[in-house]
Amino acid sequence: MDTNELNVPGYEIPPEVQGQVAITTLDRIYNWGRRASVWPMMFGLACCAIEMICTAASRFDLARFGMEIMRPSPRQSDLMIVSGTVTKKMVPIIVRLYNQMPEPKYVLAMGACASGGGPFKEGYNVVSGIDKFIPVDVYVPGCPPTPQALLNGLMKIQEKITGEHWRNSRWYQKGRDLAEIPIPILGPDLIDPRKVEEYHRRLAESEA
Amino acid sequence: MTAPAPVETLDLAARFPGWVTPDSRPGYSGWIVEKDKLLDFARALRDDLGYDYLSSVTGVDYLPEGKMEVVYHAYKTTGGPGVNFKVQVERRDPVEVPSLVSIYPGAEFQEREAWDLLGIKFTGHPDLRRILMWEDFAGHPLRKDWREAYFEEEFKPFKSRWPEGKFQMAEDKARLGDNLSFPAGFDPRKKTDFDPEKALYEALRQYQKTESGLETEHLLVNIGPHHPSTHGVFRVAVVLDGETIVNLKPVMGYLHRNHEKIGERNTFLMNMPYTDRLDYLTSMSNNFGYALAVEKLMGITPPERAEYIRVMMAELTRIANHVWAIGFLLNDLGAYFTPMLYAQEERELILDIFEAVSGSRMMCNYFRFGGVARDLPDGVLEKVRDLAFDRLPRKVDELENLLADNEIIRARGIGQGVLTAEDAIRYSTSGPLLRASGIPYDVRRAEPYSIYDRLEFDVACRPNGDIYDRMMIRFDEIRQSLRIIQQTVKQIPAGPIMAVKPAYQVRVPPGEAYGRVEGPKGELGFYIVSTGKSSPWRYHVRAPSFINLTAFGPMCVGQKIADLVAILGSIDIVLGECDR
Repeated sequence: MDTNELNVPGYEIPPEVQGQVAITTLDRIYNWGRRASVWPMMFGLACCAIEMICTAASRFDLARFGMEIMRPSPRQSDLMIVSGTVTKKMVPIIVRLYNQMPEPKYVLAMGACASGGGPFKEGYNVVSGIDKFIPVDVYVPGCPPTPQALLNGLMKIQEKITGEHWRNSRWYQKGRDLAEIPIPILGPDLIDPRKVEEYHRRLAESEA
Repeated sequence: MTAPAPVETLDLAARFPGWVTPDSRPGYSGWIVEKDKLLDFARALRDDLGYDYLSSVTGVDYLPEGKMEVVYHAYKTTGGPGVNFKVQVERRDPVEVPSLVSIYPGAEFQEREAWDLLGIKFTGHPDLRRILMWEDFAGHPLRKDWREAYFEEEFKPFKSRWPEGKFQMAEDKARLGDNLSFPAGFDPRKKTDFDPEKALYEALRQYQKTESGLETEHLLVNIGPHHPSTHGVFRVAVVLDGETIVNLKPVMGYLHRNHEKIGERNTFLMNMPYTDRLDYLTSMSNNFGYALAVEKLMGITPPERAEYIRVMMAELTRIANHVWAIGFLLNDLGAYFTPMLYAQEERELILDIFEAVSGSRMMCNYFRFGGVARDLPDGVLEKVRDLAFDRLPRKVDELENLLADNEIIRARGIGQGVLTAEDAIRYSTSGPLLRASGIPYDVRRAEPYSIYDRLEFDVACRPNGDIYDRMMIRFDEIRQSLRIIQQTVKQIPAGPIMAVKPAYQVRVPPGEAYGRVEGPKGELGFYIVSTGKSSPWRYHVRAPSFINLTAFGPMCVGQKIADLVAILGSIDIVLGECDR
């Protein structure tokens, strides 16, 4: 353990115990532990998933970041890498998986499609970015992003974790922003239950 | 080297007078069959004329003529050119065409797709449900009068983006502020009790009863679309009796990203990078198929050097795909990740070559109509030579030594998930799946394209049609691909790499073309109809992953549920291509 990473500056530690003793804050040690053990969900959507697998495999070796344990179950994962085109048929399942992840949870939108629809944006079955449904922490550009780009995105997630304070993290606040995201409905087209009033208003406006 | 099968001239109009007429539209070929006689014609074609392999079924919406057309491409598994026949019907709902599933069971999913996207009802189809979209979806999107929510113009380039580039977000222009469109009179606040699974479960209900008619403890299990062994967002609904599979239905469309609709708005060249994203593991070979189809229409052939580069890249793609497939099959068999990491190492080296020639690891976008985008950079040929003559042969032997005699692989592979030769043909399977069932059918030999008729290689074939054979045939094919690459490295001439001047807009004369290549997953076909405009009128992909799945159900029935993932892994599907 490298204690320098943990030490809060300004405290003098006697030289004989440096390396064994660290003076730190709760946030610092808690975030240090969390960011070095992010478990991504084993969840691939499209082309980007292949680059995600390459990132985890022989050459790029995700294990260097403590992230090599990809969990197929959302209940055991901290990070959802949305790796590929989000279709309308798939989005109810993605939202359900997101709801099933325990907090604290992070979302990384990998590639052009997950960030905003990408080359397939105009398609009738394509959602224009996963951030229309679930909150995204880091966007990684590219089509597909190279493994280096994904690693950079994952380091951004680590940076974000480092800067968090458990006192004001949203998942430790009572009743704040933790309600499950309602599952979209596959009707004549994709219906987002949060937006039905807006749809109704817009439909009425355009018909008038 | 085997000689290609002799070409016979077919005069179907003389053989079936009154039923069949030649398709005389300029640029078209093939035969137009009377709708009422379609079943008799297809039976005669299969039984008397020997066209036992129905490769592709698709529809075309000829809106200006007020017609819908169903296009079939049939081949002989002994090789040779195919026959292309069509049925034309009035474009008036319901558009009905007899189903060919009773004669060619391989048409099952393709007819469902034509129903889903074009609204052509196939009468007599055993299970005509939507396949890519969900059941309640409004409209049939590939019809020419169906418009998506972000519709701007019929054909690209859109005025909004060129030449001033005053780009506006599509969301701001759309009526609902989102990629959504509701049918007239629909109130999103009222009806919310849609059930996309109802039709599927009803289709499976017949298997949940015993012969005496009693409902038993048959269990319905859903695997996917989020599941580590489904190779993407693929879902299977399985009916189980204990642990034995009674029946199953694949559920697809979770990655349906509308290639064909977008492709019909794009200009011809714009579709090239989209083909990369079909089967994203084999982008070079997808480029190949599309380039061939459009070149057929344009009547050009690439120069010699470009042909060699193309074949070299396509075969490297095959190796990269097959090592990946073997690695992931082993994942499915429980050898979690170790064989995959060995396989990945080799794939990364091949990707380095792709990155050097095309600038991108995965989405190469390298082929152009009449050649390739750029010449091989310095040093790449040496790298390919090192790989093909030295490293890969060694590494493939190593991987095979580690796997082939492994007791668990043999126990789980031999005799499991058998697909007989007859079934493999009936279900229109292709690629390693067909060849592992003892049918030596390879488009590179059956109907040679590019320079394959000059190269020496054997069509890999294995007799048993089980999981083990399907794994081993991939080793065989890698070795044959290495032989081909070795020859291309030795023989590649100097010279130009484009037959025509590179252009953003290509002039494609009106007509139809079906270009097919032997992709790593099977026969990849592109059916293109041009009206002489800048965009294709119809752009259809015959995706091997999609059609190979037709045989998935029959292969699994009677097997244990634990073998299902292994069987799926041995087919080797990619969802980008399967759902398109």
